Amino acid sequence: MKLTGAQIVIEALLEQGVDTVFGYPGGTVLNIYDELYKASDKIRHIITCHEQGATHAADGYARTTGKTGVVIATSGPGATNTVTGLANAYLDSTPLVAITGNVACPLIGRDTFQEVDITGVTMPITKHNYIVKDVHRLAAVLREAFQIASSGRPGPVLVDIPKDVQAAVCDFKRKPVPASKRLEKIDPASLEKAVKLIKDSKKPFIYFGGGVVISDASKELMEFAEKLGAPMGSSMMGLSAVPNGHPLFLGMTGMHGRFAASKVLSLSDLIIAVGTRFSDRATGNKSEFSKNRRILHIDIDPAEVGKNIPAYASLIGDVKQALRLLLEAGIEKASGSWREEVEQIKSMPDSHLGMDMEKLNPQAIIEDVCRQSEDDWNIATDVGQHQMWTAQYYKFKRPRSFITSGGLGTMGFGMGAAIGAAIGTGKRTVLFTSDGSFHMNMNEMATAVSLNLPLTVILMNNNALGMVRQWQTMFYGSRYSQTTLNRQTDYVKLAEAFGAGGIRLTDKDKIGAVLAEALAAKGPVLVEAVIDSDEKVLPMIPPGGTINDIILKG
Amino acid sequence: MEKDHFLLSMLVNNEAGVLTRISGLFARRGFNIDSLSVGETENSSISRITIASHGDDYFKEQIALQLRKLHDVKVVELMDLGSTVRRELLLIKVKIDDTTSRSQILEAVNIFRAKIIDLSPVSLTIEITGEKTKLEAFIEYLTPYGVSELCRTGVTAIGRGNYILKTKINEEENSNGEHVL
Repeated sequence: MKLTGAQIVIEALLEQGVDTVFGYPGGTVLNIYDELYKASDKIRHIITCHEQGATHAADGYARTTGKTGVVIATSGPGATNTVTGLANAYLDSTPLVAITGNVACPLIGRDTFQEVDITGVTMPITKHNYIVKDVHRLAAVLREAFQIASSGRPGPVLVDIPKDVQAAVCDFKRKPVPASKRLEKIDPASLEKAVKLIKDSKKPFIYFGGGVVISDASKELMEFAEKLGAPMGSSMMGLSAVPNGHPLFLGMTGMHGRFAASKVLSLSDLIIAVGTRFSDRATGNKSEFSKNRRILHIDIDPAEVGKNIPAYASLIGDVKQALRLLLEAGIEKASGSWREEVEQIKSMPDSHLGMDMEKLNPQAIIEDVCRQSEDDWNIATDVGQHQMWTAQYYKFKRPRSFITSGGLGTMGFGMGAAIGAAIGTGKRTVLFTSDGSFHMNMNEMATAVSLNLPLTVILMNNNALGMVRQWQTMFYGSRYSQTTLNRQTDYVKLAEAFGAGGIRLTDKDKIGAVLAEALAAKGPVLVEAVIDSDEKVLPMIPPGGTINDIILKG
Repeated sequence: MEKDHFLLSMLVNNEAGVLTRISGLFARRGFNIDSLSVGETENSSISRITIASHGDDYFKEQIALQLRKLHDVKVVELMDLGSTVRRELLLIKVKIDDTTSRSQILEAVNIFRAKIIDLSPVSLTIEITGEKTKLEAFIEYLTPYGVSELCRTGVTAIGRGNYILKTKINEEENSNGEHVL
């Protein structure tokens, strides 16, 4: 059949099984939006307040559902507004396809109204991008874009479509999307070497990251850990892959990780790294991290092996598949003395976190939400102290339930991401945020209200940029440069102005009741919890530090 | 040739912007491009890029791995310098003041097996190809005479005998199944 470029966009989306897109209309995407209008019974479009919110929403949608998120934006400022969201998706390996309009081909390169070289701008922050100047290539490009976004190590792909290409006509034929992706074959020699390495180790430690969540490999990971009898620790992005109560799970490692997890890692002779990239937040002092132990790096991206930390051996491939092969290769339990050593460290007093329960504190709030939550809820955060507290104190109940900006650490990610998660799953979403992060993209509260989403925003208000302030306290002689916010925002009134519910929480004895009310509400509710600006995220291993530098009390 | 110099040859999709992608990757990962040459191959949809760079083993390995992640890159080969022929082209314009210097320059042109491609009352333009060391020796010889300008293409390289780059595409695809990254 003969279709216009804009119609081909819709057909390509339907071919991919897309039923939800996020976006914001504009001049150069009028044709696409016209077709979206006609296809509104098949594709649901969510309009946000800002393209950044739409990109974060597509991201949150992808993280919780495992599907590829789609965001549509117009040219110029619309496209540039997606940049932060794309960089965020790139660093956390989220599958996203961004479709932007551009000015007509003859006008490109002449500083036309709302023209930007978005492919140039986004080259470093996308897995790949395209500008389609010939409508005959459009269908193939869109199919390829989805394939690239969702295969191997996922990531964002941008497709820029000039307006005249959207209007041009060509033949189109539906093509079925290949049912399952062919996985890379794992090299048998590498597998043999890995099995031997594990067999020879006396003190193995399993360190897992976001790759386990992306690969849906929780079951295999736990089976593997149990078979080996090895303790496990995770990066922040790995959280939720393993239930908090699992006897072998020691918690998050790294800069703000648990003492026991980092201590046991420092005593291990083999780190089995599964689906992680050894970010500087996680390793601390790199040479100390790799000293006195070997690393077996299991990851789908060969470029990660040796990039930050040298690996003694590696298994390149899908981690679910790799773990399955290791299980089948026959590995045995590690020595009993190692397990005893681990238990001893777990019971040390330094292993216990806790805030001062005499006042209203973030730990009490987070733990109460956890207590009241259902297994199918989504937990999102913004960035900063509240994010670290959530990672430390919330006991995630199912994989993919934790939505947080890891690699880019984007303040303002939360509202859009929470909206995407709520839309994608239809389940209640709790957003832990703070006054700093919330002010960045709070406009999206209007979006949440317009969709009547089951969204509970828990805003920890300390009238400061908490994490930066903490560093200024610890490393900059308490010189609080631009971190004390002299804002007078009344968050309850603000929420109500958007049409949401608002509750202020100041009394620690009212936590349970206030949260119960907020978590039962039908539409969006914001709870403002007033907390102490001197509250610190602890433990902390300072940058480039080791377990010996760990700060337990502040 | 310093010991940490290396040569990368790659076959890439001949798409608009592919050179920007490659050079952008070098820039943002903190790698150096000492010289670069690019052109279409016998297959017009594929271009061949040769990049001369320097760095230790970490850089050598990482840059090849990062390049392979790019969708438009089909093959990346760290050239085995013992089995590779390298060439560079130089165009150099020298001032001629009198007949003595002109004849001395002509002598050098013959010795270096170069070619004169332009002659004017005040200058001589020479074309010379060869390995980097040969070109540098030639420039060194001519410098005292007064070089008005010169332009170099950057090195290009090709393997000897059966060392053929495009055969590596099939190797990579077969070992990995689909090129899914």
